[in-house]
Amino acid sequence: MVKLNLLLLFALVFCALSLVTSRHQARKLFVELEREQTLARTYDVEYGQLQLEQSTWAMPARIEKVAREQLTMQLPGPGRIQVMDASSR
Amino acid sequence: MIVTSASRAVATPKLPRLRAPILFGMLLALFALLAARSLYLQWIDNAFLQEQGSSRYSRDLEVLAHRGRILDRFGAPLAISTPVKAIWAWPEKVEATPEQLQALATALDLAPSALAAKLDAGEDFVYLKRGAPPEIAARVATLGIKGVHDDDEYRRYYPGGEVMSHVLGFTGDRDVGQEGIELAQQAWLGGTPGGRRVIINRRGEVVEDVANIRSPREGRDLALSIDSRLQYLAYRELKIAVEGNKAKAGGLVILDARTGEILALANLPSYNPNNRNRVARERMRNRAFTDIFEPGSTLKPFTIAAALEAGKVQPSSLIDTAPGTLTIGNATIHDAHREGTLTVEQVVQKSSNVGAAKIALSLPPERIWSTLSGAGFGAPLKSGFPGEVSGRLRPAKSWRPIEQATIAYGHGISVNLVQLARAYTVFATDGELKPVTLFKEAGAVAGPPVLKAETARAVRHMLEMVVMSGGTAPKAQVPGYRVAGKTGTAHKLEGGSYINKFVASFVGFAPASNPRLIIAVMIDEPSGQYYGGSVAAPVFSSVMGAALRLLGVHTDAPIGSILPPAEAAEVQEET
Repeated sequence: MVKLNLLLLFALVFCALSLVTSRHQARKLFVELEREQTLARTYDVEYGQLQLEQSTWAMPARIEKVAREQLTMQLPGPGRIQVMDASSR
Repeated sequence: MIVTSASRAVATPKLPRLRAPILFGMLLALFALLAARSLYLQWIDNAFLQEQGSSRYSRDLEVLAHRGRILDRFGAPLAISTPVKAIWAWPEKVEATPEQLQALATALDLAPSALAAKLDAGEDFVYLKRGAPPEIAARVATLGIKGVHDDDEYRRYYPGGEVMSHVLGFTGDRDVGQEGIELAQQAWLGGTPGGRRVIINRRGEVVEDVANIRSPREGRDLALSIDSRLQYLAYRELKIAVEGNKAKAGGLVILDARTGEILALANLPSYNPNNRNRVARERMRNRAFTDIFEPGSTLKPFTIAAALEAGKVQPSSLIDTAPGTLTIGNATIHDAHREGTLTVEQVVQKSSNVGAAKIALSLPPERIWSTLSGAGFGAPLKSGFPGEVSGRLRPAKSWRPIEQATIAYGHGISVNLVQLARAYTVFATDGELKPVTLFKEAGAVAGPPVLKAETARAVRHMLEMVVMSGGTAPKAQVPGYRVAGKTGTAHKLEGGSYINKFVASFVGFAPASNPRLIIAVMIDEPSGQYYGGSVAAPVFSSVMGAALRLLGVHTDAPIGSILPPAEAAEVQEET
């Protein structure tokens, strides 16, 4: 009888301790999850800002300006366009 | 006094007999009172203490939801919300040294006097700066001034600026839509912030999620039918034309002839939605949707289509337009130039008012009315755009003969620009009226048939003649493509009578062999030249040419076949 009781007591202490540890683990993991989620949100925000920046740089008005002024490109006039007809090579 | 031990033993004070039970009873009663109080606090009046307890370890956090992005048809962002900080203060609680105030003003990029004015205005609460980048808020926070705080908020950015502003509109306070698509699609774009209850430890870190009070609902992205490259092109060319002609305003719409999608919609004057302090409401109007005008000759093809449908005329029937005037009752209709006998095709090509009026008068009014109404005039577009107007087409029963004659060439009827562009889908297709939309469609969209296929083809051929030598708009030609279209030069109506101010317009489509794009251009009150063929047609030509090239549409005409506009005989028109 005493043996059984002792066994049960040890089992009880073991359970109690593991409950405490897993509880602690869970909290630690939760804090980590929380941190990662915050990070994900910051990245999301940054992604939005980068998209904004990209589309600002890629605005047709700017591309045209760069093409005309820095690269001195120009549209060919009708006289300088040759249309190739695929059927009558 | 002598006290014996015996007497001590005997003289135990004689206590009242009831003393012990009474005391015992009192103690018991006190215990009962305590028990009752604790029971009361535990089960009955537990709210206060529980709240006090939970306030020490639990917090309700707001979960912000951002507003959906607006994208163009290829997914390029046209409007994005990004988090910023609102920096505010309780002026009464602000405790700061002059140096701190100086540093605060520098951080906020405000003059120290302006900052002082805000704090001394006698308000309970003032915003020091809204929409501040997070870095600035962090710098303010390091100053550690009491009574100065910041809040998260969202600010919407429009990379397209003034080019897209009329379609998109803008958002106001708390990122709620106020104009344009932002307003019309508020329910779709807007997010609802959520809340959650968490447990925090003594360092203020969240250690456990207790409950999700409200799940946040993120705003959804919205894909428009707009092609940002075409939009820019449209805006640029329209701007050149409006400024070059010193016009009051202008509008340009590009429709996909197969789906009715609006690929570009530009208006002038415009504004920058990212910085709209001191922008007049007037500039914010999307004129293509909200303003109506009398279309003038761009309506003639519909009159001719009605006559062809009724079998009254053939494209080659002859109409006598001499001597260039027609008197109905006490009103006289004029042609801008005298022609003799014209075929029906030439009436469209040379835009003869007399010819169109004569053809219209040979028809019952209901016939014209049903063609016009079938082409969508006088009815709402149902685009869902805020402030959209439907134009006016009076019932045929109320038309007097002079009205029937003027409606034939587009006076006495009013339309908006998008309506006019959409009406031309009946000629660009084989008689189908496509529904217009600002949202991306998956494929070709069918519309109700309005005209017989042969009528639509016959009118399409007449519209091609308009841009040829001898028509009103050789300047609308596009190298390499067959183009069809119609000019309009309408007198403006002011205070009930026509005045010498004009609306020059051109509506057309290309390639004529298999139409892909419909473009409608409207220039309001050009000064100097005012004919649709010389003011609006060149805009059409440059936008259409570049747009077809951008979309990689195959040419359907030899590239050298175009006549330089100076050599092509251009016929002038009025209305």
